[in-house]
Amino acid sequence: MLEFFQYQFMQRALIAAVFVSFACGVVGSYVVIKRIVALSGAISHAAFGGVGLGYFLGVNPVLAAIPFSIISAIAIGGVKQKVKISEDTAIGILWSVGMALGVIFINLTPGYAPDLFSYLFGSILTVSNSDLYIMLILDLIIIVTVYLFRREFLSVSFDEEFSKVAGLPASLIYMLLLALVALSVVVLIKAVGVILIIALLTIPAAIAKQYTYRLGIMMLLSVGLGMLFTSVGLYISYLFNLASGATIVLVLGLAFLLSTLLKKDNW
Amino acid sequence: MKAVELNNISLKYNEQYVLKDINLSIEEKDFMAIIGPNGGGKSTLLKIILGILTPDTGEVKVFGRKPKQAKDLVGYLPQNISFDPDFPINVYETVLTGRYHGLFKGYNQKDKQAVLNTLKDVEMHDLKDQQISRLSGGQMQRVFIARAIVRGPKLLLMDEPMASIDPEMQNSFYKLMSQLKNQMAIVLVSHDVGAVSTHVDKIACLNRKLYYHGSVENAANGLEEIYHCPIDLISHGIPHRVLREH
Repeated sequence: MLEFFQYQFMQRALIAAVFVSFACGVVGSYVVIKRIVALSGAISHAAFGGVGLGYFLGVNPVLAAIPFSIISAIAIGGVKQKVKISEDTAIGILWSVGMALGVIFINLTPGYAPDLFSYLFGSILTVSNSDLYIMLILDLIIIVTVYLFRREFLSVSFDEEFSKVAGLPASLIYMLLLALVALSVVVLIKAVGVILIIALLTIPAAIAKQYTYRLGIMMLLSVGLGMLFTSVGLYISYLFNLASGATIVLVLGLAFLLSTLLKKDNW
Repeated sequence: MKAVELNNISLKYNEQYVLKDINLSIEEKDFMAIIGPNGGGKSTLLKIILGILTPDTGEVKVFGRKPKQAKDLVGYLPQNISFDPDFPINVYETVLTGRYHGLFKGYNQKDKQAVLNTLKDVEMHDLKDQQISRLSGGQMQRVFIARAIVRGPKLLLMDEPMASIDPEMQNSFYKLMSQLKNQMAIVLVSHDVGAVSTHVDKIACLNRKLYYHGSVENAANGLEEIYHCPIDLISHGIPHRVLREH
């Protein structure tokens, strides 16, 4: 077991797991309580479109994906006010079209094509030190934003209409929240990938929600659980030589199942 | 100064009139019921007064100002509030959201005291730390009323408040209303006339257009006009007394 910790790539992977869990635990708490899990899934797949665009333009794909995702997140948040499309429909469209754009952009890019699979489940074992610094900055941005806007996020997540009446710029706050989701997705996409990020935004927060009614505690618990299960998933993938991203998702899924079964309230 | 003035308000949705040529004024200490069938535009009218919907034509004034500038003076009890039953918020926090001041402005001691006082007024002070879904329908209603009045508004708008109150609770609801009546104008929207009538001063009858607006007694006299409006007012008979003893 000790050799596990000796590998440099594994140390970086574990640090990445900590940073990822922090971002996903905090942002994921809002995703779960405001019930925008499907929307976050769409944003994360659309982010892949931004990645493809980045390759096509010959720039750092993650940097290109940031404005692309944030704009699509805000567009989807604003669409229901201006156009007669239900948010549900917009989610389906954004999800598939975003992903397809990414694939086509990469097809059109001359030269060596990146491994698309690594963008689905991430490549946590190949994170570099500079990737870790970017993730740390993301975490700082998240914590500052959430702290500054905590009253607004809570009010809008609970009752958007009343928030407007109380004088909150409810639509803008909602779009800010979606932009935060988009930012988290993009920064973490190389490490954990599009699919795993949905699992990390949803499952730790969903488990935490079963044990507390205080949002602050839920976030702390969610971050802790994320760190625990990602590490466990990494260790199991190391032991059995399995794809790390997919193993982490399975560990998360199993944890949720166990938690739901064991909580007597759920019956 | 009138609490609300609506002049020639019209609003269309999908080419259909939801509200047509509404002219209505509400005085500062009125207790008014707006009655009418479902789909008649009652909720829409409230939302226009609140400033969350804009009419296609006409002018709205709330205490002499535009609705968006009068937010501090208006309290709102929405019709049904759909939220996740396990939402991590308790009674105290819910009412506190009604005291919102603005971006980056926290809730101060005055806000916290106002929440506690309002919770006492609606008899929910003991349950202030209770998570919101662990309340009965009537208790939840009281929390949302507290949220609506915690700011000390001069106008309270309630959309179908009777819908989630058991008959036994109706009396305590009206007791609360008669206390509040001295402090603010109250507008109550309902499709159930019998439930509201004895307690309110004025009735407005709305079914896309305003068919009547005035005192309760005269409402009964102007029946031919109301005929178009809530049919059940006439056809179901009136199990409760509509007019006070006179």
